[in-house]
Amino acid sequence: MKTARILALLLLLAPAVTARAANGAEEPRTIAITAKRFEFVPSTITLKKGETVKLVVKSEDVTHGLFIRTLKIDTDLTPGETQQISVTPQTAGTFTAICHHFCGAGHGNMKLTVVVE
Amino acid sequence: MKDPVDRRTFMKIAGASIGVGALFHVAPLLGATPGGRRIAALLGKENGEAPTPFSFVQLSDTHVGFSGPPNPLGTQAFEQAVDMINGLKERPDLVLFTGDLTHDSENPGEHADRMRLFQKIAGRLKVPLIKSVPGEHDAGLDGGKLFRENFGETHYSFDHRGVHFIALDNVSLAKPNVGPEQVAWLKKDLARFPVTAPIVVFTHRPLFDLRPDWEWFTGDGDEVMNALAPYENVTVLYGHIHREHTHTEGHATHIAARSLIFAFPDPETGVPKKPIPFDPKKPFQNLGLRVVHEPGARAGGPPRIEEVELTLREFSGTVGIQQLMKEGGSL
Repeated sequence: MKTARILALLLLLAPAVTARAANGAEEPRTIAITAKRFEFVPSTITLKKGETVKLVVKSEDVTHGLFIRTLKIDTDLTPGETQQISVTPQTAGTFTAICHHFCGAGHGNMKLTVVVE
Repeated sequence: MKDPVDRRTFMKIAGASIGVGALFHVAPLLGATPGGRRIAALLGKENGEAPTPFSFVQLSDTHVGFSGPPNPLGTQAFEQAVDMINGLKERPDLVLFTGDLTHDSENPGEHADRMRLFQKIAGRLKVPLIKSVPGEHDAGLDGGKLFRENFGETHYSFDHRGVHFIALDNVSLAKPNVGPEQVAWLKKDLARFPVTAPIVVFTHRPLFDLRPDWEWFTGDGDEVMNALAPYENVTVLYGHIHREHTHTEGHATHIAARSLIFAFPDPETGVPKKPIPFDPKKPFQNLGLRVVHEPGARAGGPPRIEEVELTLREFSGTVGIQQLMKEGGSL
């Protein structure tokens, strides 16, 4: 019973531990995004106004793009490479990021909804 | 002495709208006044050809090879548009296609077949000249290789009856960009013209931020428009958005053509970016041919050349080609 309590406590503390860098500074929250024909996974991410977040973005098939003017993101996503993009949204609302590197017939519908609370 | 002809004098665009593309009647009126004749002479000297009235058609987004619920009729609208153009009383000099001639295919052989089918249908046009630029569905997957093999260069320019036409490619880099090399080429191409030269740019995507989150923009469109900024009479014709739109900024007027396959809704209405559903009762609704027509009587009109009007006469309900066919006799 005592062991279970200790394990539960460790699990609760784990995110806080991993969110701290070696120098003790708190690291930004990380959101992983995968691009593939013809969708982003997840299809919606939620950010907080003023909070710095690190987007870790990769493509799992062909070259895609990630473009959202509101967050000043304009990058290619080459298969085999991972992009780390730091964003700090300043405006609340719901925005749409798109793939802007033509990737085939369904390209026009490939989007990521970004909710900033 | 300042020229008595302002920036909008050279091309008169007026007329009727029924969808898919546009018939532009270029009526410079340059012979109507001493000032106009002087400018015509100047342009003739500069360009090697003095502006003279003519008409041309813009068609866009035929998407040959597309098959799906938004339009189960394939190339029928395109073929009817060709018939309509061939039936016009006044035969246009030129037809411009502003991209997405074909729908893309993963199979290069199939895509090549679609390009050949496009050429077969377009080849029925009884016009002296056909010019085109690629859309992303033509050139986005292979950097324009197949397009160049079938249609030639993706950017170029030519002069026609005193009007300078510039074809710009904002799709072959896969992203919505023209690219620095093409911008440099554009500046060099423009350098030989006086600022009063009538210029028609035709391209696929809008060169301004119409709706970036719908990919209705060109990332370096500002660089293109900055290069064109000194020129006083610029018309930019484009496609991509599958609906009519007119936007004026500085000296340039940007005009979008409708598609020949399906229409997109107005993004300002808050709806998602999905094709307007196909209505079997009105198969060509939201498609058609936008006709921009300069009444010939105006050619001998007011002696003072001041303004070029842009007047669109919507056919009620935008019924489409069938209605145009009925009204064609009055065009």
